[in-house]
Amino acid sequence: MSGAANDSSDNKIVLSGLCKAFGKNEILRGIDLAVPRGKSMVVIGGSGTGKSVTLKCILGLLEADSGSIQVDGHETMALKGADRDELMKKFGMLFQGGALFDSLKIWENIGFGLIHGQKVSKKQAREIAIEKLQDVGLKPEVAELFPAELSGGMQKRVSLARAIATKPEIIFFDEPTTGLDPIMADVINELIVKCVKQLGATALSITHDMASVRKIADYVAMIHEGRIIWCGPVADLDRSGNPYVDQFIHGRADGPITNHTRF
Amino acid sequence: MQAQAQQDSSQKAARSLNPVNAVLNCFRYVGGGLLSFMEAIGNLTFFMARALGHCFSPPFFPSQVARQIIDIGYYSLPVVGMTALFTGMVLALQSYTGFTRFNAESAIAGVVVLSITRELAPVLAGLMVAGRVGASIAAEIGTMRVTEQIDALRTLSVNPFKYLIAPRVIAGTLMLPILVLIGDIIGVMGGYIVSIYRLGFSPASYLSQTWEILEYMDVMSGLYKAAAFGFIVSVMGCYHGFYSQRGAQGVGAATTNAVVSASILILICNYVLTQVFFS
Ligand SMILES: Nc1ncnc2c1ncn2[C@@H]1O[C@H](COP(=O)(O)OP(=O)(O)O)[C@@H](O)[C@H]1O
Ligand SMILES: [Mg+2]
Repeated sequence: MSGAANDSSDNKIVLSGLCKAFGKNEILRGIDLAVPRGKSMVVIGGSGTGKSVTLKCILGLLEADSGSIQVDGHETMALKGADRDELMKKFGMLFQGGALFDSLKIWENIGFGLIHGQKVSKKQAREIAIEKLQDVGLKPEVAELFPAELSGGMQKRVSLARAIATKPEIIFFDEPTTGLDPIMADVINELIVKCVKQLGATALSITHDMASVRKIADYVAMIHEGRIIWCGPVADLDRSGNPYVDQFIHGRADGPITNHTRF
Repeated sequence: MQAQAQQDSSQKAARSLNPVNAVLNCFRYVGGGLLSFMEAIGNLTFFMARALGHCFSPPFFPSQVARQIIDIGYYSLPVVGMTALFTGMVLALQSYTGFTRFNAESAIAGVVVLSITRELAPVLAGLMVAGRVGASIAAEIGTMRVTEQIDALRTLSVNPFKYLIAPRVIAGTLMLPILVLIGDIIGVMGGYIVSIYRLGFSPASYLSQTWEILEYMDVMSGLYKAAAFGFIVSVMGCYHGFYSQRGAQGVGAATTNAVVSASILILICNYVLTQVFFS
């Protein structure tokens, strides 16, 4: 089913049959997805189709009902406590809303994982934070501000800096460009490509911004009604032959995807 | 179509009129309510045990504890102080009106100091802090939940129980006894001011009457109560914030629930502890 390499040793993350329901509301109904090591996979799909829920299940922030989640070939569904904390060190995440800690200064936000997770000294964490700020194109003066003092685009950049500061092996981007103007969106896309390349990380992103997909994706997967209905290299996106994918990438109101009429 | 609907509704009416069904429905409502109530109690107990466990196991976040001690302790001083002052003053005034009828004015000092230390300072301080601190804890943690900051903590390998909840519970439990001790002093002072300057008592005899009647256990029982109330306020704030529903409405409801449930628990706990200490 997945167009990505199927040899499990080449896959960083493998999801199979992942199911998640909130009460009677079945969101994920058997997600099968393999993310190749060192590549960038982008998941597309309409709003409310469970893209964020999928990421949160992989991170263990939500408990999946059934299925399997393998990271580096190890099953992670049942991990708890210290084992889970250890696994978390492999991940970095850029949240949809930024999720910066608003009681902490910008540099403390960026250095948070270093100070508390990796026991780096405050002074050193501050230096690394300022370095990361420059990586995402912000001035060092920003370090002393609080998140509420920044614009949306700047907050996204700071979140990106926080996500990459601990040098994770896997980075998740949840709608990195939503709510930004097209130019700022492109800046963020380029930063994502650059940072992922620099770290040699595996990236799993969520978006419904097609410009973003074409810029950051190696592979694309489309989620619809709780399943992955198409997955392949980004080059095949325009000749997928899948009517759902075609409707989505061209943003047409009429087609096989009719969910929106229900609301 | 219409006939069908009519038949349906008449069937429904017949079913609910059937006495057996009525009784069963009654059981269902009561049982369902009871079950969800027990579930809430269970969840809360589990949450309290978890919060306590994390207070005593490393890693600790001393800077977070210090920050909460200032927030919860220091900034509550004016509220608790004012409450104690005016309560002490009104106590002296009220007991004077009553006691002059029995020529028992000399008992006023005792009434003031015992009511303040045993009951009024801990309970009123607990309730005031529930309103001030419980609400702000619930709002802050609820907002962090809603804006995914708690998820972000976990992705950065920091346990939110250790970083957010334990410091608040520690600070709440430690600071409320200190606030109450200060409240005790200010409350007695309030009674003193009214007795001396308004009711014309002699300062020396008022103070000696106060000391005579006061026992170690009167003050200590109040401080134990205060520690329990501080724990209740901070845990209820954390609990409602942590499980806040999504959206601004969710945070609003969490705040209200934190204050209401903490206040009620304080009153219940006060009765239980009084029974334990003085019987
Ligand atoms: N914690 C939760 N509790 C209940 N329902 C949730 C929760 N998180 C997400 N959902 C529901 O799951 C669905 C998918 O959410 P989400 O994954 O955030 O969508 P998206 O694909 O836009 O990221 C939504 O309909 C949402 O209502
Ligand atoms: Mg989402």
